[in-house]
Amino acid sequence: MALAEMTEAVPENSQILAELDAVGMRFGRTVALAQVSLSVRRGEIVTVIGPNGAGKSTLLRILLGLLPPSSGSVRLRPGLRIGYVPQRVAIDETLPLTVRRFLSLAIDRAAPGDPQAALIEVGAAGLIDAPVQGLSGGELQRVLVARALLRAPDLLVLDEPAQGVDINGQAELFALIRRIRDRRHCGILLVSHDLHLVMAATDNVVCLNHHICCSGHPEAVTRDPAYRALFGTAADALAIYAHHHDHRHDAHGEEIAEPSGQD
Amino acid sequence: MPGLISMDDFVLRALVAGIGVAAVAGPLGAFIVWRRMAYFGDALSHSALLGVALGILLGVNLNLTIIALCLALALIIVALQHQQRLASDTLLGIMAHASLSIGLLAISFMESVRVDLMGYLFGDILAVTTRDILWIYGGGTVALAVLAYIWRPLLAMTVHEELARVEGVNVTAVRTAFMLLVALVIAVSMKLVGVLLITSLLILPAAAARRFARTPEQMGVLAALSGALAVSFGIAASLRWDTPTGPSIVVAASALYAATNLVPTRRQATG
Repeated sequence: MALAEMTEAVPENSQILAELDAVGMRFGRTVALAQVSLSVRRGEIVTVIGPNGAGKSTLLRILLGLLPPSSGSVRLRPGLRIGYVPQRVAIDETLPLTVRRFLSLAIDRAAPGDPQAALIEVGAAGLIDAPVQGLSGGELQRVLVARALLRAPDLLVLDEPAQGVDINGQAELFALIRRIRDRRHCGILLVSHDLHLVMAATDNVVCLNHHICCSGHPEAVTRDPAYRALFGTAADALAIYAHHHDHRHDAHGEEIAEPSGQD
Repeated sequence: MPGLISMDDFVLRALVAGIGVAAVAGPLGAFIVWRRMAYFGDALSHSALLGVALGILLGVNLNLTIIALCLALALIIVALQHQQRLASDTLLGIMAHASLSIGLLAISFMESVRVDLMGYLFGDILAVTTRDILWIYGGGTVALAVLAYIWRPLLAMTVHEELARVEGVNVTAVRTAFMLLVALVIAVSMKLVGVLLITSLLILPAAAARRFARTPEQMGVLAALSGALAVSFGIAASLRWDTPTGPSIVVAASALYAATNLVPTRRQATG
């Protein structure tokens, strides 16, 4: 359980890399986030799921320090190195930029990485001389992950990594994310509005719809009424999908709750 | 023949000044193109006329007033864009034409001072003085040095601003420095092509360089070269056919851009 109990500052020897404590965010009168608390530990994959517009990206931006929260606090382990995989990268066609050069932008004195080695780690070694603008969705995601890895991150943060990637590519991508965690033992926080495959690749799930509806291990969350209320029929589709992994689960999706906003 | 020598002199000064401006406008213009800021360049350069009026009114050095005004306007634009009440291009269009019109009004009120309005609007490169050249090369050297210093972080935030922030780039400082550079280049190049045409000197050479560049740095250098070529052609054409020099330079730069599009693309062998 990665939620809510932690209020003290992150101690040096703790496994906790980053935590949000009762974070709230308003834009004018709109409440984007209310009382959101969560933490990511070393070696743990935490997935934030929720419908479009639920405040997932806002939450990431607050954790990354790109946006100051209206209330609550963000605590990072001192000296924490974050690797960030943004949701969209739109580089103007007029900028002549190879993958090698794109990756080298992440390298500095504190993170003297090797672009080729990072590409090999994400299974995209052949792309080093390709122009960044010509990459497919799946290729671009791998290159972005490689760039994040060049920072030798303690915490890897991915915003909708599966977006624009075909279904086979998504499975490979989540397998890659798990492999990175196993190999580097870093913490991983990822955000998705897509339920498919996410569940299988994660240790902790946080359902977000402006506030945290429910959280915990994927299996427990998928049985939570709040989760079913949030995702409705999609949750049932996922229950069928999860059936292949979990034979205690009932495959029938009888009680279809109304997919409704919470606020 | 003394007449011939003096003509050579002003042509030489024009060439030296034009090439100096092109050397800075090239790489800076590449960033304007990559960051899709052509409208922003327009808004700033059009406001330069207001800077001229203010400078004359206050009796302050015109270059300094123009730089100060461009920078102030740049900061205002950034602040307004943050609020996002209006689309960015609408906002920039308003700023460009409002400041140009206010500048024109201000100058029209100055009956006591003779102001060469056409010169400020379309440039008067053949009237460039040695003092102007010192401004261009002094300002240009500073601008290129600053650009070289911020090149990497500026490139990183051009590729993805939030990613650059997470990776430790001080985005606000770099952006402000970049705007200061644009303001500086506008101030020193106004004499050459005038406030209405400055943006073309920034974006046309960079656009012409795109097809031949394999790296961002190559594109910056090639843009400087193509700008210098356009200035030379423009001045030559202007002397040959007695056309206005500023527009001639811009036509030369456009022709150069068009010509690069006629060159067949090489299949990239090595990438």
